[in-house]
Amino acid sequence: MSQPAIIVRISELCKSYRRGAQIVPVLRDIHLAIREGEFLALMGPSGSGKSTLLNLIAGLDRADQGMVHVGGVDITELSEGELAAWRSLHVGFIFQFYNLIPVLTALENVELPLLLSGLSRKARKEHALTALHLVNLEDRMHHRPSELSGGQQQRVAIARAVVTDPTILVADEPTGDLDRASAEDVLRLMEQFSRDLNKTIIMVTHDPRAARRAKTLKYLDKGLLTDAPEDSLSEFV
Amino acid sequence: MLLKILFRNSFRRPLRTALTVFGICVAILAFGLLRTVIDAWHAGVEASSAYRLVTRNAISLVFSLPLSYKEKIRGVEGVTSVSVMNWFGGIYIDEKNFFANFAVEPKSFLNLYPEYLLTSEEEEAFFRDRRGCVAGRRLADRFGWRIGDSITLQGTIFPGDWEFVLRGIYRGRDSTVDENQFFFHWDYLNESIKKRHSSLADQVGIYVFGISDPDQAAQVANAVDALFKNSFAETLTETEKAFQMGFIALTQAILTAVRLVSLVVIAIILAVVANTMAMSVRERMGEYAVFKTLGFGGMFLGAVILGEALWLTLMGGILGIVLTFPAARFFGDAVGNYFPVFIVSRDTILMDLLAVFVVGFLAAVVPVWRAVTVPIAEGLRRIG
Repeated sequence: MSQPAIIVRISELCKSYRRGAQIVPVLRDIHLAIREGEFLALMGPSGSGKSTLLNLIAGLDRADQGMVHVGGVDITELSEGELAAWRSLHVGFIFQFYNLIPVLTALENVELPLLLSGLSRKARKEHALTALHLVNLEDRMHHRPSELSGGQQQRVAIARAVVTDPTILVADEPTGDLDRASAEDVLRLMEQFSRDLNKTIIMVTHDPRAARRAKTLKYLDKGLLTDAPEDSLSEFV
Repeated sequence: MLLKILFRNSFRRPLRTALTVFGICVAILAFGLLRTVIDAWHAGVEASSAYRLVTRNAISLVFSLPLSYKEKIRGVEGVTSVSVMNWFGGIYIDEKNFFANFAVEPKSFLNLYPEYLLTSEEEEAFFRDRRGCVAGRRLADRFGWRIGDSITLQGTIFPGDWEFVLRGIYRGRDSTVDENQFFFHWDYLNESIKKRHSSLADQVGIYVFGISDPDQAAQVANAVDALFKNSFAETLTETEKAFQMGFIALTQAILTAVRLVSLVVIAIILAVVANTMAMSVRERMGEYAVFKTLGFGGMFLGAVILGEALWLTLMGGILGIVLTFPAARFFGDAVGNYFPVFIVSRDTILMDLLAVFVVGFLAAVVPVWRAVTVPIAEGLRRIG
């Protein structure tokens, strides 16, 4: 049986930030290949560059050098406008603090990315309802984020992330603000999307329990990417 | 969806929104009233007719002209009718009861000023009675005068008590006509002066005359002035509008100050709305980063922020405009002696709306720029 295609390929990726007159390197010569349907967890200490790497893969930030190919497109070559359009089609985002729009209902939040898709209003609503059904929140569709629990908000955020059927899902500490039961729900959903819908998921996490749900584990330390050391999860077991 | 976001965003902080809308409302109300004061100042100019010219003494309005000029002016080509007029400056009971009062030639005057409407009976009664007078509707209402009432004015320029009988109460043809004036027979004035100070008789304050073609106004004015060149009382002839503007020019500094204050009011609204929008956008920077993350561009963010600013200013502006009308009525009643025509004009409303849109637009410029240019990663860091 042939291996799934590589959907994300990163090579010679470097990124640094300027802090006053000082240049602080964050990522150094990163090479990474992620296959379609893979559920990858990125771990590492704070400040190791995990979120920066995730932002570069998702087209939220610009690399200093190197290449980031996602679904066959070198996104480092895209203009800001092209990158925005590319993100709307190919990337689903799940954030630590859910980042739902507070003035919109759950259904409207999920419908939001579809506004850029050219679908009719009816089709958008149907897609959004389907996505809410996937996260088992149709009954809360008319509730605003402030009327939902943290776990429910994160599930709405997941529905929003998958509603456009993106090429990759990126999740930055998706369980970081949740209690254990809600975190478990969220992780189960992500596993389900990876397993049943063959979604490629890249997740940054500090949580070893979350990391253990991923199929692949990578470790970032001082801007260098390595396979996870064998004991990286042991202390939490 | 855009409108939904825009409207809901504008009510996220109800108290802030209410105070901002109230501030805009008060500012637009003040702006509208100040513009109406300026309009009221110009009411005489606006009411002037292009078919009327005014001849006065070239040295100053204070000096009069001989009555003998009347026939000479009538003889100038293009002149249709001539009337004489004197500012009387009479006081009714007390100085605080000020109103404009003029001695006029009734027939030629009413012929030249068709905007003053009297019934034919009132006109006839006025023409017949040399002591007769007519007053504007608002002036008559102010003092409770009825037709047939005796009215005594104390002369200031022409000393003594002057008794008149009210023979008519005129109405303006439209709302821009001053209904606070008082007119009586010039002959009555002149004959009385002859008896008291004969040397001051047969003197005219100004000549007002009609012309057949307003395009020929300059030529007719030059022809009239040429008639009296090098005489002992040279004349200055100008259009009625220019004549009225001469009075405005005397108070130009006050008008400039009022205009400046009205602009300051607009600047204050701008500061209020800009502050509200800056606070709102700063609070929502994370949300705008989310929109950008999802692929929404600067145009969308610009529309959300600009739309909210315009919506806020429009709410306050419309409220302010609606309140300007009763406020102007109240203000007009209170200062009717000084501003007989105090009407909120269409131009004032258009300027209110223009101010609303300009303020809404300018208040959104910096917040839009900030929301659009902040890097997504930095914007997302503001959440949590």
